[in-house]
Amino acid sequence: MNIAAAIFVDGLIDASWLFIVAVGLTLVFGVLNILNFAHGSLFAVGAYTAASAVGWYYGGNFGPAFLGYFVMLGAALLVAVALGPLLERGVLRLFYRRDEVVIVLVTYALFLILEDATKLIWGVNPYYAYEPYGLLGNVSVFGLSYVGYDFALVGLALVTGVLLWLGLNRTISGKVVLAVIHDRDMSGAMGVNVTRVFVLAFTFGVFLAALGGAFTAPKISVQPGISISVILLSFAVVVIGGLGSVEGAAIAALIVGLARAAAIHLMPSAELFIVYLVMALVLALRPEGLFQRMATRKI
Amino acid sequence: MKHRGIAARCLLAAAALGALTAGAAAQDEKVFKLGVVAFLSGPAAESFGKPAWDGAKTVIDALNAGSVIKPYDKVGFGGLKIEVDLIDEAGGATKQVEELRNAFERDHVDAVLGYISSGDCLAVAPAAEQLQKMVVLMDCGTPRIFEENKFKYVFRSAAHGGMDNIAMARYLVKQGLKVADVGAINQDYAWGQDSWKDFKGSLAQLQPDAKAKVELWPKLFAGQYGTEISTLLQEKPGLVYSSLWGGDLEAFVLQAAPRGLMKDRLVIFSASDHVLQPLGNRMPDGVIVGARGSNGQFAESSPINDWFVAAVAKAHPGVNPVQPHYRGAQGVLAVKTAVEKAMAANGGKKPTTEEMAAAMVGQEWDAPSGHIKLALGDGHQAIQSNAAGRTKWDADAKMVKLIDIVHFAAECVNPPPGIKSADWIAEGFTGAKCN
Repeated sequence: MNIAAAIFVDGLIDASWLFIVAVGLTLVFGVLNILNFAHGSLFAVGAYTAASAVGWYYGGNFGPAFLGYFVMLGAALLVAVALGPLLERGVLRLFYRRDEVVIVLVTYALFLILEDATKLIWGVNPYYAYEPYGLLGNVSVFGLSYVGYDFALVGLALVTGVLLWLGLNRTISGKVVLAVIHDRDMSGAMGVNVTRVFVLAFTFGVFLAALGGAFTAPKISVQPGISISVILLSFAVVVIGGLGSVEGAAIAALIVGLARAAAIHLMPSAELFIVYLVMALVLALRPEGLFQRMATRKI
Repeated sequence: MKHRGIAARCLLAAAALGALTAGAAAQDEKVFKLGVVAFLSGPAAESFGKPAWDGAKTVIDALNAGSVIKPYDKVGFGGLKIEVDLIDEAGGATKQVEELRNAFERDHVDAVLGYISSGDCLAVAPAAEQLQKMVVLMDCGTPRIFEENKFKYVFRSAAHGGMDNIAMARYLVKQGLKVADVGAINQDYAWGQDSWKDFKGSLAQLQPDAKAKVELWPKLFAGQYGTEISTLLQEKPGLVYSSLWGGDLEAFVLQAAPRGLMKDRLVIFSASDHVLQPLGNRMPDGVIVGARGSNGQFAESSPINDWFVAAVAKAHPGVNPVQPHYRGAQGVLAVKTAVEKAMAANGGKKPTTEEMAAAMVGQEWDAPSGHIKLALGDGHQAIQSNAAGRTKWDADAKMVKLIDIVHFAAECVNPPPGIKSADWIAEGFTGAKCN
């Protein structure tokens, strides 16, 4: 297998994961104008919940093995429904009128609280959800063996991205969300229930974070600390793509994924800083990111 | 008259305060306050911090109950009850220096035992020296502590990381495993870089024809190794070497094993015994494993080891003690030995820091992992025996067992005094005493 093909396949798989993990962060920023540091912890809660649910499902032999994927999906939904409205209405709402920096600090506090809460619930011992990882067998691509599950993640990222784009651009509700992204005051004046849009958008952001965690759980050891690298990488992807842009997150995930794969294959010692090099380059040329919308000046 | 009344009251108050202070001082004389530092939160808690604390606590509880076997059957430390001040190591080196100061100056601990991260060890050692208080490092691996510094009040009760990789290279030779080329995957920080440098250097001495084919450096706690695994599969090295640990190692095994990376190829995980129980049968057979000393399954049967394994099993049902448990226990027994030696010399009084530090220099003691000697760093740095073996899933016992175990004497895998481990490797292990 030539190196270019390996870089492409590895980069694509990495990009899919990055996109699933980062798109919720950019959506929440777009709608609520909040850089949600707790996103990494919500990823971790999703991973823990999915690992527990998968352990319960396969431990009890409740049904066919492939339904484990739906159990993981259900776990992500459960996290979103339980935590999304609670955090938005219970905490974030109280700070909307404060300075943006205060809200960033509030989400950082939430990050720390959720980290401790996961430790309180699940302890420090690792959880595994490895059964779904092997279900799809192996796939040979250009002579290299890959686990089929990794390609399923590519599909999941594709479906997530397309549905999100269609939902935002081709449905009435989506257009309402876009209107709030564009100008929340004007949308409110036109009769849009901005509060409801906030709750729904934040809950959907939580769902995407938890979905990333749930579908990553089968290939890792779920334990304290998994949220840290997620928030750093997501942040890099979102900044490169342009804060608030779903298309930007997709392109940025692809760029970062391919850059990381190229670095590992061609110059392994560069792996650590390649993501930040890409970010620095993009910010130097386009400080607003690749897909940031033109800011309108209000008079 | 009024003045006399006030004076009398002041006198009474002073007497009461004096009595209280004397009482507290008398109480202090019967208690040994030990600060214990380990990761209780964060990514290293599960693999190292909690088990190290569990191992230390098991021994401390038994010492306080007077239920440890001879020669450790005296209650606590020489009759002094051990009172623990437990400190979380999470938060970085600067925080640890602050915590160390607080422990000594605010909480008045008599000594501190702990530290898993090499960065924390490097930071707290000079601080302890400045405070003139005793710190016993129990887990961190960097050889730099005593190879680049001289300390009076700082000791390390476990061997440094140099021996881990010398033992791995020696194991290959001992088992007749010829290596043509190596692919390495190590975390991009001090532990990963030092481990690979030591292994590469040792292999160059023992199998000069072996070539390093690819070196991969994922960041600490990366968790995703798909591209690294592709690179290793593509390069097809005869040996894959890794010093990954904890969740990173578990994720690597979960992702690499299904892709066949560990099939028909030698694989070394230099410090990996702690992932065998969590991974179970997901750990492939035949992987060469190290435990940073004759710890866990590598520990040979002895009265103190048999007692320790049983005590951990009782305190933590279902847990097989692994390297951090052993190092925690080893550290507590090191402090106990020093305190009791100092008490024997001062007529049985609670020893001062000076007396404890003097007693500890060059001391030897028996730990569950074998006989330990503070042989390096002018009697401040321990050496101990090491071992390596290969994994084999035992379906009946439902656990990964280690087979083909080879033990190496402490002087075979640790440098002699007066030479840095990197130099000792580079000059071909001069003076090594191997069994």
